[in-house]
Amino acid sequence: MKKNEVPQDKSNLASVNLRELCYAVDENGEYITEHTTGWDPKTIALNNALDEINERIARAKQRVTDNKTSPIEYYMELHKMDLSVLSSYVGFWKWRVKRHFNPSVFKKLSLKTLKKYADVFEISVEELQHIES
Amino acid sequence: MEIDFTHHQAAHCENGVVSNLMKHNGFVVSEPMVFGIGSGLLYCYIPFLMVNHGPAITYRAMPGFIFNRFAKRVGVKFKREKFKNPSIAKERLDANLAMNNPVGLQVGVYNLTYFPDEYRFHFNAHNLVVYGKEGNTYLISDPVMEGVTSLTDKELEKVRFAKGAFAPKGHMYYPVAFPKELQLEKAIVKGIKHTCRDMLAPVPYVGVKGVRTIAKLIRKWPKKKGTKVANHYLGQIVRMQEEIGTGGGGFRYIYAAFLQEAGKLLQNEKLLELSTEMTQIGDLWRDFAVDASRIYRNRSANVEIDVYDAVATQLEAIADLEAIFFKKLKKAV
Repeated sequence: MKKNEVPQDKSNLASVNLRELCYAVDENGEYITEHTTGWDPKTIALNNALDEINERIARAKQRVTDNKTSPIEYYMELHKMDLSVLSSYVGFWKWRVKRHFNPSVFKKLSLKTLKKYADVFEISVEELQHIES
Repeated sequence: MEIDFTHHQAAHCENGVVSNLMKHNGFVVSEPMVFGIGSGLLYCYIPFLMVNHGPAITYRAMPGFIFNRFAKRVGVKFKREKFKNPSIAKERLDANLAMNNPVGLQVGVYNLTYFPDEYRFHFNAHNLVVYGKEGNTYLISDPVMEGVTSLTDKELEKVRFAKGAFAPKGHMYYPVAFPKELQLEKAIVKGIKHTCRDMLAPVPYVGVKGVRTIAKLIRKWPKKKGTKVANHYLGQIVRMQEEIGTGGGGFRYIYAAFLQEAGKLLQNEKLLELSTEMTQIGDLWRDFAVDASRIYRNRSANVEIDVYDAVATQLEAIADLEAIFFKKLKKAV
């Protein structure tokens, strides 16, 4: 990549005034570093990934309203987590977390267990039990 | 209290931290040099593992490996500490800062408040330097940021004790002993040899063969999983290739910069030629990203199957070129 080919496309980095460093060659073939504000192929990929996450969140929310899963799964998606990340944060085995996704199991959870989840998601136990729709 | 520490922006966090800590101690080592000596370049597909609900591909060595190899090969001794107890971790950090010793920390990205929200994923192998403390605020030099930043003690504790894969466990490191004079020549040769061995490894998931495996999968995905999933996977591949930290082209440009620097240092004409060649291969990786992005631009649209074949062919061409390249590089040192 030549110095003048370093892409300067608009990206999400602009929101915090961040520019990335890129390696490129100058006119004499010497390597230099150059700032880049973003690159479209990358931005599209990132935005797609974010759309995917938002869809997952919406789906999880719908499933909570339909009483097919517990709010824990919704909050897990909201925090961009998956089962293994969530299980290591709360300190339960994965199968236990999965079991807590079951609405009838979730209803019977002790306050202590609920508190653990609430602390990970940084919300109160009430917020964990009743998601706003 | 603030330690007199100069922040230099880098493309990648791990090389950046090592390079910045070395510079602080009076040894000028560039980022590409650290990357090359530490044999950072790699291509590896990790089957069965899913990252953000997509395939896991890495373009560089495991977190911490670059760092370890660099230290060993140039003869710098680093002290590393991991903690179970966050308050002890904080005490040790404060003690080091009090001794005017800036330290490197491994942290999780998700709670780094100064990152743009879109970039905050559960990724635990980020590195930064702490170079001071004012009240309850720690002064942070994060190599991927343009300038210095800061984090409160609560925020810092959270990122130091992030959970999940590669959990940092408060991991802290700093150099303790240096050689009298930095002898890079031997270290460079070792680093290059190692990279060649990795890239030419006779394993279907690693190096050049790994690239071919991914090309095959790209042909398969749209038929087996539908175009929507295939597009998501393709986007993931490009993200891992180009996202913050690779310096462009899946680290190929940094590596070319390293070869150029090494060629001058060792007075090896061949390395300079190979550096230009690596740049061209890097350009091909960029072309692949552009063409792939044309496919995934529209997430769910039905795309012809043969456009996937086209990008897969592109990857296979890159694999062929890299196979030749690394064989030549092996002979050049």
